[in-house]
Amino acid sequence: MIPPDTTSKEQSDMSTAGGLPSEPPQAPPQASKAASAEKTGHAVKLKNLNAYYGGQHAIKSVTIDFPPNEVTALIGPSGSGKSTVVRCINRMHEEIPGARAEGSVTLDELDIYDPNVDVTAVRRLIGMVFQKPNPFPTMSIFDNVAAGLRLTGTKSSDLKELVHRSLVSVGLWDEVKDRLNEPGIGLSGGQQQRLCIARTVAIEPEVILMDEPASALDPISTLKIEELVDELKERYTIVIVTHNMQQAARVANSTVFMLEGEVIEHDETNKIFTNPNDERTERYVTGKFG
Amino acid sequence: MSATNAFPQISARRRRTDKVMRASLFAATMIALIPLILIIYYLIHKGLSAWTQSGFFTTDPTGSFFGSPGGIRSAILGSLEIVALATLISIPTGIGVALYLTEYGKQSWFANTVRYFVDVMTGVPSIMMGLFIYIVLVIGRVGGSGFAAWKGSVALWLLMLPIVIRSSEVVLLLVPSSLREAALALGAPRWRVVFRVVLPTAASGLVTGSLLAIARGMGETAPLLFTVSTAFTLTFSLNQQMNTMPFLIYTDITSPRAEIQTIAWGTALTLVVIVLILNLLARFIASRSRMA
Amino acid sequence: MEASATTVTGDRSVLERSPVGRLPDRVLKWGLSGLAALILILIVYFFIRLVGQSGHVFSTYGLNFVFGNDWDVSHNIFHGGALLFGTIVTSIIALIIGVPVAVASAVFINELCPRRMRGPLSILVDLLAAVPSVVYGLWGVFVLAPKLLPAEKWFASTFSFIPWIGGGIPQLYNYFIAGLILAIMILPIVSAISREVIATVPAEHKEAALALGATRWEMIRMAVLPYSRPGITGGAMLGMGRAIGETIAVVLVIGSASKIGSHLFSQGYTLAAVIANEFGEATGIHTSALFAAGLVLFVLTLIVNMIARWFISRGSHGTRGTGATGMTIASGPASET
Repeated sequence: MIPPDTTSKEQSDMSTAGGLPSEPPQAPPQASKAASAEKTGHAVKLKNLNAYYGGQHAIKSVTIDFPPNEVTALIGPSGSGKSTVVRCINRMHEEIPGARAEGSVTLDELDIYDPNVDVTAVRRLIGMVFQKPNPFPTMSIFDNVAAGLRLTGTKSSDLKELVHRSLVSVGLWDEVKDRLNEPGIGLSGGQQQRLCIARTVAIEPEVILMDEPASALDPISTLKIEELVDELKERYTIVIVTHNMQQAARVANSTVFMLEGEVIEHDETNKIFTNPNDERTERYVTGKFG
Repeated sequence: MSATNAFPQISARRRRTDKVMRASLFAATMIALIPLILIIYYLIHKGLSAWTQSGFFTTDPTGSFFGSPGGIRSAILGSLEIVALATLISIPTGIGVALYLTEYGKQSWFANTVRYFVDVMTGVPSIMMGLFIYIVLVIGRVGGSGFAAWKGSVALWLLMLPIVIRSSEVVLLLVPSSLREAALALGAPRWRVVFRVVLPTAASGLVTGSLLAIARGMGETAPLLFTVSTAFTLTFSLNQQMNTMPFLIYTDITSPRAEIQTIAWGTALTLVVIVLILNLLARFIASRSRMA
Repeated sequence: MEASATTVTGDRSVLERSPVGRLPDRVLKWGLSGLAALILILIVYFFIRLVGQSGHVFSTYGLNFVFGNDWDVSHNIFHGGALLFGTIVTSIIALIIGVPVAVASAVFINELCPRRMRGPLSILVDLLAAVPSVVYGLWGVFVLAPKLLPAEKWFASTFSFIPWIGGGIPQLYNYFIAGLILAIMILPIVSAISREVIATVPAEHKEAALALGATRWEMIRMAVLPYSRPGITGGAMLGMGRAIGETIAVVLVIGSASKIGSHLFSQGYTLAAVIANEFGEATGIHTSALFAAGLVLFVLTLIVNMIARWFISRGSHGTRGTGATGMTIASGPASET
């Protein structure tokens, strides 16, 4: 069910036509900006982001623009800081004792680190899917999807419809419609991950962060997740961390290559994988290291 | 550019609930500590005045209704004697059973049954230990005496045994099997491995567990009620009734004389100081141990 | 084993250990096994002797002993109903007051308080267990009971419309004070077990809740508490077991009344307390009755403890006997059980 990737292709065609420099963290091509204005997408921008674990400087002056309604992939070897970047976007990084972040992270030009901002409000708008599927073990399938909705005080009369809608959007409805009251952990790995995605989209965030969402899954489930990501970008801006380069090539509009906490290169996925600018990028994508 | 007013806030109700619950949890923790603080306060407040009486530590209780109530010397020494004897029996037997469980029995049905019953023993009320020894040793005047100090020690042994077994087993299991295997591979017989490798490695943990058991033993009253009963004068004979601190406190509480009530507080302070020292010592050793 | 293990030199005896050499191992193994078996034998033997000693009173009253409401020493009538009632009521009071505070403190220490404070706070809560129960009794008699009496009087008159809870005239020593002291005494064990269980909640569930935009409390409510429920229940039941068996602290503050008390603040009695109080001067059937009370107490604690351990093994997912729980359950409160 993968829709032909015409939109991004159009955009990239337009961008090369428009002669935009393919430097790292620049504004998205003009065309996609216009297109996204119609789609009311939400853009996340990182500017000079630095993150620390105690004394360890994990992310160094990272600047990235995540275009609205597009999938941006973060690739790089382990320890390059990709997960940390993503966790700084929804401020999960703060949950680790001794961790802190400096710099600017904005959602639609609003600073999410502003002291007046409630971190729970940020996370309501920027959802996260984790590497290991983590449905709440004591909750049923229905309750899992409804978990976020209940937090925001959704009326229980509306819950059924919203849960249904959410499960349909991740393609899980047919598989679970007869067992909504069974425990969420009774599902297979791939189904659990789609359940977690359903839980995330139920509260209709603006951005979805995915930290290696398919790395714990079998190949068939992985493909299903990738198809899902492709559909989801119609409604959400997606950032996906992956160590699987083929996956990045399949789902991402643009890709960021990171190494040792720094952004090395950020460009259209095509370019990164066929004709990267930086020599280190080239060595990584051709498998010479990492 | 602080456009935070454009950021949706979570509802005030949720924020309030969060604040209230966090404050409540903090308050509950403080409430949990209030009794401890109060007890220590009163112990010091009322017990010190007993401590400063002359002869408090150096004379025995007189047991007389009038005149000087005396000190608590026989109680302190009696407690030490009885618990020392109980410890002498408990530690080898306790560590022995623990060794059986970790080195030989492991997960056999027999070993698991033993473990289960040891668990059960930790839940048995301590007065039952006293009753049991009463039935078995006191009624029949075993050893030629009715109530006797050594019988109290046996009752305490029943109390301390499961503590020593459980804590020792925990510690012995922490000894890496690679150590055992290395020694066995060098050709050492099993008993040597146990005594030269396993026990020394687990030593500080074993000491910790034993100290905690001793602390527990020192504070118990019920097992002594019908096994040792009490006495006033100092005695070192283990085949007779003997004074102990918990028993002394127990009887002194119901005395109408204020001086004797003060003695009770002083004895309690003494007992708590000893027990606290044992506990803190145990923790100290545990924290210093490599395997903690 | 020692079958033809010929060495290069063909000298098999090099690999054999002499029978004498194997002796210490044998001695050790069988000695320790015997010791372990001794434990089992002791418990069974105790049970048998206890049943034997209480036989007299059970043959006289049958099962009525357990439920009848008349323990009258002077007329040689012995029914343990009031004792059972008192035991259960004081334990329930202890649970109602103690468990919420204990669990709350466990949640606070593990999830909310600054890391540096975790150790010291844990130690302080655990120190409650080091206080001997006779000291709790002492403090209860001279401090807690007199100081709370005015408040109890106020409570009884203000809430006199609630049956049994209010409406009576509070006595200095009563069910409530006993239950309150028991609550304090079971606090450390319930808190320690709860802390252990809460620490096993996988971070991924907590992160899932936070990532949905949950506040700290909501995360605890969604991810921590449901996961910990079986283990915490087990801890609470262990606490109940301790409360049921507690003798010395209770006997000093419960008032030793041999009929079922008419309200919360009236004097009462428990199975353990009656043994402590009356055993010294009991004779004949009275003694047998006290042994019978002990038997009921023994069976009660056995049942409660077995249920508790079942819950804990279900709940803490493998921490039974390891780490702090092992040490904590092992050493227990210094109080009498």
